[in-house]
Amino acid sequence: MKDFIKGLWKEHPVFRQLLGMCPALAVTTSAINGISMGLAVIFVLVFSSLVVSLIKKIVPHQVRIAVYTVIIATFVTIVDLFLKAQFPEISRALGPYVPLIIVNCIILGRCEAFASKSNIASSLRDALGMGIGFSWGLFILGSIRELFGTGSILGIKIMPVNYNPLIVMILPTGAFLVLGLLVALMNKIEE
Amino acid sequence: MRDLILIFISTLLINNLVLSYFLGICPFLGVSGKIESAFGMGMAVTFVMTLATSIGWLIYNLILRKFSLFYLEYVVFILVIASLVQIVEMFIRKYSSSLYQSLGIYLPLITTNCAILGSALFMVTRNYGFLEAVVFGFSGGLGFSLVLLIMAGIREEIHYVDIPRVFRGAALTLITAGLLALVFMGFAGLTAS
Repeated sequence: MKDFIKGLWKEHPVFRQLLGMCPALAVTTSAINGISMGLAVIFVLVFSSLVVSLIKKIVPHQVRIAVYTVIIATFVTIVDLFLKAQFPEISRALGPYVPLIIVNCIILGRCEAFASKSNIASSLRDALGMGIGFSWGLFILGSIRELFGTGSILGIKIMPVNYNPLIVMILPTGAFLVLGLLVALMNKIEE
Repeated sequence: MRDLILIFISTLLINNLVLSYFLGICPFLGVSGKIESAFGMGMAVTFVMTLATSIGWLIYNLILRKFSLFYLEYVVFILVIASLVQIVEMFIRKYSSSLYQSLGIYLPLITTNCAILGSALFMVTRNYGFLEAVVFGFSGGLGFSLVLLIMAGIREEIHYVDIPRVFRGAALTLITAGLLALVFMGFAGLTAS
C-alpha cells in the first residue's frame, strides 16, 4: 500500500520531484488534454515497470538503460498507434508529446529506481501510484489554465458570460506561471 | 539559402524549443544554476542535437521510408540518440580530456533530454530536407543553450536575493521561465517580409 500511496502526494512526480515537466507544461492547455496524457503515461508506466521487473535478472548491468528505453519506446509506439486509430482528435491535440513520453523522466526514473529492484506486485503498485499522481497533477494544471484561458473546464462554461479570457494562460507563459505557483503552493501546504 | 536562414532564426528565437515547446525542461531546471555548467550542457546538447537530426534524417529517409517501416520510427530514433551519446562520450574521452572534463558529466543526461528526441520528431513532421534538418538541429541546440545561459545568469543573481521560503528553488525558476517566455514572445514579430 505504501508503494501506491507515495506517488499520489508525498513523492508526487510533478509537484515534488519535478519530473515529466515537458508534457506537464505542454499539453495542459485544457483539462481533457491533461487527462489523456495522464492515461497514456499510466499505460506506458505500468507495462514498462511490469516488463522491467520481469526481466531484471537477465539484463546485463551496462546496457540496462538502453534496454529499458527500447521497452518504453515499444509501449509508446503502441499507445501512439492506438490513439491515432481510435482517437484521432486527441492524437492531434497531443501531437509530438505522445512520442515524447519515451524520454519522460518519470518512466525511466521509476524503471531504474524501483522496478529494476523490486518484485512485480510492488512495481505495479508503484507505477500505478506514480501514474495516477501524474494524471491528477496534469488535470489540475489543465483545469486552471482552461478556466482562466477560456472560461470553462472540460468544455463546460464556468465563468460569467462577460468574462474576458486571459489568453496568456493557454500560452507557454501561463504554463510556467501556473506550475510555478502550484509548486509554491505544495511547499506551503507541506510546511 | 534564404530558407535555411529563416529556419535558423525562427528555431533560435521565435519557436525556441525550451520556451515555446517545453523541450529540455529537466536540464533547464537542474543545470541552469551556474553559468559555467549551463555552457557545458548547452554545447553538449548542440553537438548531439546536430548529429542526431542529421543521422536521424538519413536513417528515416534512406531506410525507414524505403521499406515503409514507419512504426519503428520512435524505437530507431531513441536508439540512434542513445548510441550517439555513447560514441561521442567515448570519442571525446579518448581525444580531448579537457573537453571531456567540461562536457563529460552532461553527456549521459542527454539521452533522456526530450529536446533531442523532440527535434528529431519535428524534423520528420515538418518534412525537412537534409540541409534543413542539419540547420534545424544546430539552431535548436543553440536556442537551447541561449535560454539556458540567460536563465543561469538570472539565477546567479537570484541567489543573492532574499525570497519567500515557499518560492525557493523550482517554483521561482518556473515563474522566471514564464516571464522569459513572455519576453521571447516579442520575437514573434520577426517575420520574413
